[in-house]
Amino acid sequence: MAQLEPAGVSDAALDPTQGRVQRVSRVSGLGFFTLRRLLTGVGTMIFVLFVNFFIFQLLPGDPLARYKGARNISTADLEKLREQLDAPVWSQFFTYLKDPLQLNSYSTISGKPVWDVVASATPWTLILVGTATIAATIIGIWIGIKAGWDRGSRFDKWSTGFTLIFYATPEFWLGLLLILFFSTGFWIFPSIFPSGSNIGSGVDPWTFEGAISIAQHTVLPASALAAVYLADYSLIMRASMVDELGQDYLTTARAKGVMDRMIRRRHAVPNASLPTITLIFLNIGFIIGGAITVETVFSYPGLGLLTFQAIEEQDLPLLQALFLLFSVSVIVFNIIADIAIAMIDPRIRV
Amino acid sequence: MTTAQPEIRIPSPRAIAWQRRRVGTGRFLVAFSQYRTGLFGVGILVFFVAVALLAPVIFPHYLLDPNANLQNPAYASPTFDSYYWWLGTDDLGRSVMAELAWGTRPSLIVGLVASLIAMFLGTLVGIASGHFRGLFGASMERLTDWFLVLPFIPLVIVLQAVLGQTSIWITVLVLGITSWPGTARLVRAQTLSVEGRPYIERAKVLGNSDWKQMNRHVLPNVMPLVIANTTLTVAIVILSMTTLAFLGLLDPSTISWGGMLDDADATGAALQGAWWFLIPPGLCVIGVVLAFTLIGRTLEIVLNPRLGSE
Repeated sequence: MAQLEPAGVSDAALDPTQGRVQRVSRVSGLGFFTLRRLLTGVGTMIFVLFVNFFIFQLLPGDPLARYKGARNISTADLEKLREQLDAPVWSQFFTYLKDPLQLNSYSTISGKPVWDVVASATPWTLILVGTATIAATIIGIWIGIKAGWDRGSRFDKWSTGFTLIFYATPEFWLGLLLILFFSTGFWIFPSIFPSGSNIGSGVDPWTFEGAISIAQHTVLPASALAAVYLADYSLIMRASMVDELGQDYLTTARAKGVMDRMIRRRHAVPNASLPTITLIFLNIGFIIGGAITVETVFSYPGLGLLTFQAIEEQDLPLLQALFLLFSVSVIVFNIIADIAIAMIDPRIRV
Repeated sequence: MTTAQPEIRIPSPRAIAWQRRRVGTGRFLVAFSQYRTGLFGVGILVFFVAVALLAPVIFPHYLLDPNANLQNPAYASPTFDSYYWWLGTDDLGRSVMAELAWGTRPSLIVGLVASLIAMFLGTLVGIASGHFRGLFGASMERLTDWFLVLPFIPLVIVLQAVLGQTSIWITVLVLGITSWPGTARLVRAQTLSVEGRPYIERAKVLGNSDWKQMNRHVLPNVMPLVIANTTLTVAIVILSMTTLAFLGLLDPSTISWGGMLDDADATGAALQGAWWFLIPPGLCVIGVVLAFTLIGRTLEIVLNPRLGSE
């Protein structure tokens, strides 16, 4: 792809003084791109609703028996529900589309409205995933830059080896190890961090003490998530740095006598970071799913632990809501990633 | 007068093809052996395959039966009496060594079979969406894009939870039918680049059917990439299966590494300091996944000359 563009485009794109001329077209191009991207996003959303509806149709057994459970429902109401279930599948799907969020469904574990349960767990997952993403991004990109720039160096060999191992590690196992080493006080290791829940019991989260407690409870689970994802980022970042190494504009910069450190920071890194930035955004949606096991290990009361409980207790309305939320978050972050990349890199907006 | 004609033997097309394949394989093996990390991956994999095959010989099946191990203490520390007990016992008094060895089997079987399903589906959809223009190709591409955004782990979890835990083959199916979109997208891109080459044009002009064009001309050209990609898929499938087992979604009669970790977590092995039941299963997962990752990355480099030497 790089060979196709006329020489000097990369440099011009980096030069802030030349941005003025392009700006007019950049905005309108971006507008069109965003609009088109949002439209395809709507299509994807409908597909997700379709999947979310049909997966739960696969369940064996009588849905009414499951629904009735311990509930007190009159025979007339049951008849009405039976009638709805006897309708053709496609017409049931359209009924579902009228209320895709299933706003009036109740979690069978707690008996509360599903979205209330989900809403109370969401902030904790955001704290966990946010911390993990920031840590993984900073460390992963730093390792990738350093390893790719000095390809073949000792740092490169060791860091690539370690990141490949972390890439192969199940997040929850890392979590278990962290509990073993830093929480239970195993062998010579002291017990530094608490291993369960999200905050000390009886501590008000809105006080300074509460914030400290939340931070302490976040360290271990966030480290487990971050370690696995930073492997991903540093591998991609390294690969794109290596791709940039032979490019002409770097030779030009060297010929101009620019310091090696500056070439790396000002020329190579901005061009190499696009794939990693895309991946980071795409992963945010997926990390939320990856948090399922880590939150379970640490009894951290976010969406992941909720998913685990929904599976254990066969709480299908809750599971359906969670799956919808996970899918939608992936779609939303996908769109954000595409638009962010289009803002940074004009070549994308075609 | 009969002059001895110099005998020119024209080899049959089949023989030429085989000759070419032999040379190709030889060249591939030489190229692969240049990469120490790839060889390292092969070494790890050979070890685990051997363990999987020999598990019934080195660890008799009674070691896995909770009822046959009632006299053993739970979480007994490792002892060096017999290699059965090198890693102590689990929460039910069973030999952790035996469980590790037997756990190799579901990992490899699920990893390989599910990846083959994904490879088949991904190649089919990928080539079809690249070959056919118009509505069919476009809708195939759209389908791939849609499946790509479904959150993989939650999807697998929900499918497995919905379909039940009666058999390990359900897990194979679930992971197989969810892992193909990545392969499909890769194959589609490669198909588009292959289709631009002159010999496809020739095949088209000569009136070859769509099927023959795809099967005889495109497929052999995308296959190297597919194989490298499938090897990497195996790694992800094994990791996902470990996650499923850890969440208690695998067939409970199957001994697996993820299931061991589930037991360890549920019975508080970490709190009791029973590292021998916690650390080894994870290391085994890392070993197998790392092996497939290293082999896949090396295959990518060797089979795709454009990536060049790394």
